Amino acid sequence: MNLITHVGRYSQLMTGVFKKPDKWNITLRQIVKEINKLGVDSLGITIIISVFIGSVITLQTVLNTANPLLPTYVTGLVTRDTLLLEFSSTILCLILAGKVGSNIASEIGTMRITEQIDALKIMGVNAPNYLIFPKIIAFCLIVPVLVIFSMFTGIVGGYIITYTGVISPNDYILGIQYAFIPYYIVYSIIKSVIFAFIITSVSAYYGYFSYGGALDVGKSSTNAVVNSSIIILLFNVLLTDLFLM
Amino acid sequence: MIEVKNVCKSFDGVEVLKNVSALFHAGKTNLIIGQSGSGKTVLMKSIIGIHHVTSGQILYNNRDFTAMSGDEVRALRQEVGMLFQGSALFDSMTVEENVRFPLEMFSNLPKEAWDDRVNFCLNRVNLHNANKLFPSEISGGMQKRVAIARAIVLQPTYLFCDEPNSGLDPKTAIVIDQLIQEITYEYNITTIINTHDMNSVMEIGDHVLFINKGEKSWEGNKDSIFESDNEYLNDLVFASDLFKKIKKNNLLNKRT
Repeated sequence: MNLITHVGRYSQLMTGVFKKPDKWNITLRQIVKEINKLGVDSLGITIIISVFIGSVITLQTVLNTANPLLPTYVTGLVTRDTLLLEFSSTILCLILAGKVGSNIASEIGTMRITEQIDALKIMGVNAPNYLIFPKIIAFCLIVPVLVIFSMFTGIVGGYIITYTGVISPNDYILGIQYAFIPYYIVYSIIKSVIFAFIITSVSAYYGYFSYGGALDVGKSSTNAVVNSSIIILLFNVLLTDLFLM
Repeated sequence: MIEVKNVCKSFDGVEVLKNVSALFHAGKTNLIIGQSGSGKTVLMKSIIGIHHVTSGQILYNNRDFTAMSGDEVRALRQEVGMLFQGSALFDSMTVEENVRFPLEMFSNLPKEAWDDRVNFCLNRVNLHNANKLFPSEISGGMQKRVAIARAIVLQPTYLFCDEPNSGLDPKTAIVIDQLIQEITYEYNITTIINTHDMNSVMEIGDHVLFINKGEKSWEGNKDSIFESDNEYLNDLVFASDLFKKIKKNNLLNKRT
């Protein structure tokens, strides 16, 4: 199937997704459920990864900026900007594309091959809207929270590693505060919301158009993760150019 | 009543249904039978609207389904109940939630009456004390009953059953068949059942439509099927030794 066919089918699906829900109270209930399932359940992995990556970025920066001409606070500054600009939005979303994307694609794909989506259709329910809309809204709402957690815990991870003696904690704190640009946080959150939309909608697309058996659902799940990751990387370049240049 | 008029359906140029016409009456169990790959599932899915027909008409009480707008189709679907081959219960919901789901989406009943209606439907299919269980926690026969309860909860005018007793033991299969027939008579529903289970044909075949290679090959009922000289029908229905003997006895009894 060529790219144009995929884009066409994706657009048609999204048209169905963004129609007025049949019952708003049911949709709101679904959104709350999805926030818990896609967002709150991802908090643990977000914190663990961010703490360790924050520590590693600090160590790598110390190692690569060991020059008496460079100020001592540079490690904190580099760690902060790396986390704020790239890790907590782009890299975190790539990781979540694996966790959340495969979850969505396999859930919807299984519903497709076990005729649950046909059952919704026969009942007269707008299946794309009922199944996909709450996931998109929920993840777009919860991703900024995950990004903020990631920024905070990443910086904490870098701070913890300073106690091994690689750098003075005070220099690290100075670097964290030095030349801080609050817009970077806004930029990161905007990017992450767009990435959240990509992860949920692309994964839902691959799940919704699954066919066959368990093997095919597995393929859909893989395609969902791979393609949403590629689209995220592409959009990362575009958004960086748009918001920072 | 559902009327199918000159329906054709092709997939990628391959004609799967060829000019099929039939009338399915209300208050009767209408069976579509045929070999695997004969087009009976495509016919049923075309009648429901999962597949769009290439040509022809499908009339629900004289309302042309093929000419309906999207909103009209969605409105009609609230008059339709469907029992899928694999039950198609929502596995994230309990038995009770599955049956309540159509009520939550479409019912005009007050919220307080929903539980009564759910319990009534579950009792009607003889399912007790399973309300809080998930589909994965109940047997295949019980899943079918939940699916029937869900299909009838909005008091449908039309009921579609795709292989309702596949994967069930013969005793449970007969219970499910009889349940569908009872409900059909009780609520005067137009029921269409897609099956290749000959026990079902002999048990509840008020009206039987035989599809062969995408064409209507024979039409009758569970009694007239014994007198048919349709070679393909006889090959299918009387394939087993047991049914061959039944046919022989039946014809002998008639002669004497």
